Amino acid sequence: MMRQRKADRVLPGLNLSLGFTVAYVSLIVLIPLAALVIKSFDLSMSEWWDAVTDARVVASYKLSLLTSFYAAVVNLVFGLLLAWVLVRYRFPGKRIIDGLIDLPFALPTAVAGIALTTIYAPKGWIGSLLEPLGIKVAYTPLGITIALIFIGLPFVVRTVQPVLQDMESDMEEAAVLLGAYRSRTFRKVILPELLPPLLTGFALAFARGIGEYGSVVFISGNMPMKTEIAPLLIITKLEQYQYSQAAAVAVGLLLVSFVLLLFINLLQRWSNRRLRSVTKGA
Amino acid sequence: MAGIVTNPRSGKNADTRPHLTESGLIRWVLIGAALLFVGLIVVLPMITVISESLRKGWDAYLEALKDPDAMAALRLTLITAAIAVPLNTIFGVAAAWAITKFKFRGKNLLITLIDLPFAVSPIVSGLIYVLLFGAQGFLGPWLDSRDIDIIFATPGIVLATMFVTFPFVARELIPIMEAQGVQDEEAAVSLGARGWRIFFKVTLPNIKWGLLYGMILCNARAMGEFGAVSVVSGHIRGETNTLPLHIEILYNEYQFSASFAVASLLMLLAIVTLIIKSILESRMSKEHES
Repeated sequence: MMRQRKADRVLPGLNLSLGFTVAYVSLIVLIPLAALVIKSFDLSMSEWWDAVTDARVVASYKLSLLTSFYAAVVNLVFGLLLAWVLVRYRFPGKRIIDGLIDLPFALPTAVAGIALTTIYAPKGWIGSLLEPLGIKVAYTPLGITIALIFIGLPFVVRTVQPVLQDMESDMEEAAVLLGAYRSRTFRKVILPELLPPLLTGFALAFARGIGEYGSVVFISGNMPMKTEIAPLLIITKLEQYQYSQAAAVAVGLLLVSFVLLLFINLLQRWSNRRLRSVTKGA
Repeated sequence: MAGIVTNPRSGKNADTRPHLTESGLIRWVLIGAALLFVGLIVVLPMITVISESLRKGWDAYLEALKDPDAMAALRLTLITAAIAVPLNTIFGVAAAWAITKFKFRGKNLLITLIDLPFAVSPIVSGLIYVLLFGAQGFLGPWLDSRDIDIIFATPGIVLATMFVTFPFVARELIPIMEAQGVQDEEAAVSLGARGWRIFFKVTLPNIKWGLLYGMILCNARAMGEFGAVSVVSGHIRGETNTLPLHIEILYNEYQFSASFAVASLLMLLAIVTLIIKSILESRMSKEHES
């Protein structure tokens, strides 16, 4: 395990800290997750496949993926807008807005869930305005998307903001001197720089949305095949004591999360490499 | 270099140089759109929580908070956080110490494992403990024969909370301690300091704000976790209900204003968390500059 020989190490505490860390990670994370994977092996390969391709399960995966995707797209656009406005402009109340961006991280999801449901229910403040137009939000996929927009709001803003803050204006200056209009400078100079953080924030918001439960479960209506998200279906299976089925649906959900996590790691490596090649060139 | 004529932190005063910003009209349209979005998505729900909780008046509000079941839920939430936060803090410090001060094989794997709970759905976080300790779980019969309750009892709630709040402190400390390197500690060693003394006298003062920052976020999540706790709790009123679960029960019983009254308590926690967080952030950036 240790590559350094003891004599090379000046600081104490490797064995203690690493031993404790590994033991703790194993007890809290590794062993319980292994239990999940082993439980889903209760089913044979074809039974497992049947479990995750059951029409109700597929409908819930589809709903979770689609609503998370739409919510992440909205957050991509408005996250960029918010980061831009917060970094580049001055306006009254800016510090408060900046602080409020993190509210979805700090506010318990159940609180967000009941508040959003109350606002968008047919008798709620916004729901009653949309009702005459024939737009139903609460208890529809649109309501789920709105809850996921709330949950995913901080990700894009917080990944783009630091990059925008550290961006040198030299390139923008050069573009202007070379005769580019502002909109062209934005598209050709600024946007490419922001692409890696934008995509990272998008993927983080997307991944968070797929697993989200608390804020969604109140506004979604929970109708099988229509507004039943994948995490809720896991609970339903658990309550019916179908443990291996629940484990199978959960493993399917985990696989999607891991693919996204891998994608995020690749993105970060890509943007780091770009950063290094830029600094090397300078 | 160009730094003499152009301020390198030009982001701060870009709007004073007309060729590097948008026209006033576009600027205000963009600011307006951003404010509208934040107002609709973040501020409106906060106003709703306050107005709904006071809908039946101040007395009903206090009544909902003084309800014995609400008090029991508050107690359980506090107990859970009081166990989960210190344990995850000790873990976070140990993990950050091992990862940033030493080289060893498998370090990247360890970092990935620490990040893992962030990628797992809260429901799955609860499910894994049910599969391990539940009546039909791997250790279920063994625990049952010894009369040990984990699922549908406080230990399960604490475990699920520990899982979801597991990365916060470690994630916060690793980049800070990475940036600080090992020079200070090595200097302390060469001056004859030993073991814990190095940590308490040299490392801790360097990381104290970051440590607090991680603990505050960990605590907010521990007190507010809903999905994972909902799977393992069993929803027994007055016994295995945390505050977020109590909100759900009241809401499903159509006791809306009582539900929002309890919710307002958790919203207060979130606001206090955000204020402390921004104070710590400015402390950290000041120390970073000096």
